[in-house]
Amino acid sequence: MTTLVTVPELETRFAGVITPDTRKGYEGYIVDVQHLKDFAKALRDEYGYDYLASLTGVDYLPEGKMEVVYHVYKSTGGPGLVFKVQVPRDNPVVPSLVDIYPGANFQEREAWDLLGIRFEGHPNLRRILLWEGFWGHPLRKDWREPYFEEEGKPYSSRWPEGKHFHHEDRNPFGKNVDYPPGFDPYTWEPETADEILYQAVLKRSEIRDDLRTERVVINLGPQHPSTHGVFRMIVTLDGETIVALEPVMGYLHRNHEKIGERNTWIMNIPYTDRLDYISAMANNFGYVLAVEKLMGIQPPERAEYIRVIMAELTRIVNHLWAIGFLLNDLGAFFTPALYAIEERELILDVFEAVTGSRMMNNYFRFGGVARDIPEDAWKKLVELVTDRLPRKVDELDRYLTESELIKSRTIGVGVLTAEEAIALSTSGPVLRASGVPYDVRRADPYSIYDRFDFDVAVRYHGDVYDRYLIRIDEMRQSLRILQQAIRDIPDGPIMAGKPQYQVRVPPGEAYGRVEAPKGELGFYVVSTGKPNPWRYHVRAPSFVNLTALETMCRGHKIADVVTILGSIDIVLGEVDR
Amino acid sequence: MVRREGKDRLEGLQVPGYDIPDEVKGHVVITTLNRLYNWGRRNSIWPMMFGLACCAIEMIATAASRFDLARFGMEVMRPSPRQADVMIVSGTVTKRMMPLIVRLYNQMPLPKYVIAMGACASGGGPFKEGYNVVSGVDKYIPVDVYIPGCPPTPEALLYGLMKLQQKIEKQSLKEVYLQKDEYIPEPVLGPDIMDPRDFPMIREYTMKKLQEMQAQVGESTAEQS
Amino acid sequence: MDGRGILRGLAVTFKHFIASYVDDFRRLGKRYFTQEGVLYRSSPQVEGVFTIQYPEERRPVPENFRFIPFLVYDEGPNGEKEIRCTACGICAKVCPPQCIWIVRAHDPETGKPLKKPAEFYIDVDICMNCGFCAEFCPFDAIIMDHDYELATYDRFATNVFDINRLLKPASYYQQIRPTQYALKAAEREKKAAAKAARRGKAA
Repeated sequence: MTTLVTVPELETRFAGVITPDTRKGYEGYIVDVQHLKDFAKALRDEYGYDYLASLTGVDYLPEGKMEVVYHVYKSTGGPGLVFKVQVPRDNPVVPSLVDIYPGANFQEREAWDLLGIRFEGHPNLRRILLWEGFWGHPLRKDWREPYFEEEGKPYSSRWPEGKHFHHEDRNPFGKNVDYPPGFDPYTWEPETADEILYQAVLKRSEIRDDLRTERVVINLGPQHPSTHGVFRMIVTLDGETIVALEPVMGYLHRNHEKIGERNTWIMNIPYTDRLDYISAMANNFGYVLAVEKLMGIQPPERAEYIRVIMAELTRIVNHLWAIGFLLNDLGAFFTPALYAIEERELILDVFEAVTGSRMMNNYFRFGGVARDIPEDAWKKLVELVTDRLPRKVDELDRYLTESELIKSRTIGVGVLTAEEAIALSTSGPVLRASGVPYDVRRADPYSIYDRFDFDVAVRYHGDVYDRYLIRIDEMRQSLRILQQAIRDIPDGPIMAGKPQYQVRVPPGEAYGRVEAPKGELGFYVVSTGKPNPWRYHVRAPSFVNLTALETMCRGHKIADVVTILGSIDIVLGEVDR
Repeated sequence: MVRREGKDRLEGLQVPGYDIPDEVKGHVVITTLNRLYNWGRRNSIWPMMFGLACCAIEMIATAASRFDLARFGMEVMRPSPRQADVMIVSGTVTKRMMPLIVRLYNQMPLPKYVIAMGACASGGGPFKEGYNVVSGVDKYIPVDVYIPGCPPTPEALLYGLMKLQQKIEKQSLKEVYLQKDEYIPEPVLGPDIMDPRDFPMIREYTMKKLQEMQAQVGESTAEQS
Repeated sequence: MDGRGILRGLAVTFKHFIASYVDDFRRLGKRYFTQEGVLYRSSPQVEGVFTIQYPEERRPVPENFRFIPFLVYDEGPNGEKEIRCTACGICAKVCPPQCIWIVRAHDPETGKPLKKPAEFYIDVDICMNCGFCAEFCPFDAIIMDHDYELATYDRFATNVFDINRLLKPASYYQQIRPTQYALKAAEREKKAAAKAARRGKAA
């Protein structure tokens, strides 16, 4: 489970600037806004907290305050540290930390977009998930969506007098829309047309040298076969070389966090499946860990093993998919992907037999898992793990790794150095391929990962080829863990206590982080003791990893963009949430 | 579980009411131009390579080796709308994506079909209440087949595609070729998504809201004084 | 850069290509369009062709599989439908996207609420197939169905399932989920026996 520490030395050095957070169930320090930058700088440079994992805002409406929460860790491993700043709600201005932790870039933009917290000094503080000109900041507690029904679920219109209605029929437009009073569509002008966005990217790429060449702006996506969903990039080219790149996202922004705050605690579990929909159970894992930390319960032994088995199988599924489609992006049209999907289907059969669904597993519960593994599924699982998958991973390795075509397309492409990778808060295979052996399973162990014997896969070149290789390595390590787990799994109950549909979550905050296949997946939850979470934030690995996309792409050819994006392995459900 | 024989494969082509001797069944059919044409059309539907969310993964799984869309003549996924016959809207349709979906739809040549795959595309799905989610792609473009499920399994998608084939089979050539290509105006993104056809209604609504608000403010000030 | 890597890769794909024919011959007559063949093609031993030719062949659906929920009724002695649902509302309360609407039945004479639903709606266009309703139902009255062939041409006409559409007999439930059915039936019998014993004691 994720641990946080307090550093007594900090308290003496920054006396008067920081105060310990004494609210019940809260941890860490509250930092004075004026001194935030000095404090963060000292943390990074003198105390070694060089990795900003998560940054988010919380709207404390009753107290009239906005809070920004930072979780920082050491890239060498160990427990982390949380600090917060509080600002008045009507004018929330916080200094930006982008120049200290460049990885804060997108996360600060997200907080501005959804909560309206202004980060002073941010180089590009525009909306990120919604479009420029959207009415309001939706995650503020007093902001209501057009289909607003009640503050929290369950809605009273469902039972006992629950006559079915369509929400559309109650809206004057018959659609999910609402407009501010006095708004006139005839005199309205769009605040940011695409043209302005293109100009901004173009301006960023200006180089002052003697030889003036024309810059070309190219738009990729959101409907593009190789952007892995509805992702959009605006690329500025000098000839064929990329000089600037601007990722544009939000085309799949499904309001996960707003809906999550309306939901009761347990309702969020199936919603987490739809974050990173290729590896659903890893998401379940992170969320239940965070809530279990708040509730202070521990799942029984057998449940822990089942969780690890499922999480590692999910990792294999994800990496098979990622490698298959990376090769697709390279132009190996569909053969590697088809071979990979074949193995994935066999694993999904196991998932279907155990959890009931191929992709949206909804399997983890607070204090255990939903049901035990049936016998025939267990048999199939053991056969897969001990015999077929190791063989197939070797085969994948044999027919792809040494291929000259792949090597010449990927070696030296999209290089990210270790320093950049840490500074940009990347995680997962992207971070480890750059030579930083940071794996949450080892660095900050959760569940029962400390019992297994496995190596943290690490590669040192930080290019696309290494990011491909590291996924093969990780699949092998996952198989090692799986084989040990299958050997050691005890009999026993799979739930701590009786399954409940209304759980009591004591007030407080918790940050649960797991090593999801795509990187560090974190859930920051705040409870006020009510049936619904007060704040529910997802630190999505794909989203934060995209911060590094421009750094990786600059200086490469336009044809490599697709490859580099494929090697980061993003999933839009998680990027946009 | 029976393998379909050659003669079954021509099902739908034969005009009922004509007796064909058993020895030439499967080799000879009596048909109309209409049936022949639709038979060809329904067995070569090209979907657009267009994925939105979770359902797109199941769509890819359907196209992969286990379920194999090629058995239906649908393996040719075209990334360009100009070459596609059917748009499988696979996943949650957000307001931000909606103008682009309408644009893609407008670019498709006639006859064109739309499949709403999954709960989200059909009616908003679990994310319906979200502020950025369109409650069903049919609010903006016409949909031919709805496939429920979250996500529909590949078999459910195949079943939906077969439903589409049945629909195509029943169409008449005249109906297909005389239909006019209706241009659907692209929605624009203002404070919220706006359909250009709704502009008068939006203005009426917002002005009324403003008046109500002013009246309220007036009342409260009157009370204070 | 002498092309050996490419050749090695091609050898692997060539092996796959050959394997599909070898396997077809080895299992001639048993590989396609038989139950055995389908099971083999979804087992970890499979080599060669992997395709399951839906709709002629169907993948066996595991018992835990879940799609849209349905309501269970027991058949009475005279063929009447005894709905198991007591309109307690737990499913409506736990449903994450809130797609269940229940109207509780009232006694027409006294106006007191009955332990029975008068109307029951599930909006299939909202349902996320999570299975919470079935998992937390204390009466085993709502079960996740295995039927996935639900595609329609008009969602407004068909996709809000009302109680008539949702009701399915307990025999169907037993057929699709034999293990779960047996387990829950035993549990209920035990409970009924305990209740009877208590009542006997009290009397």
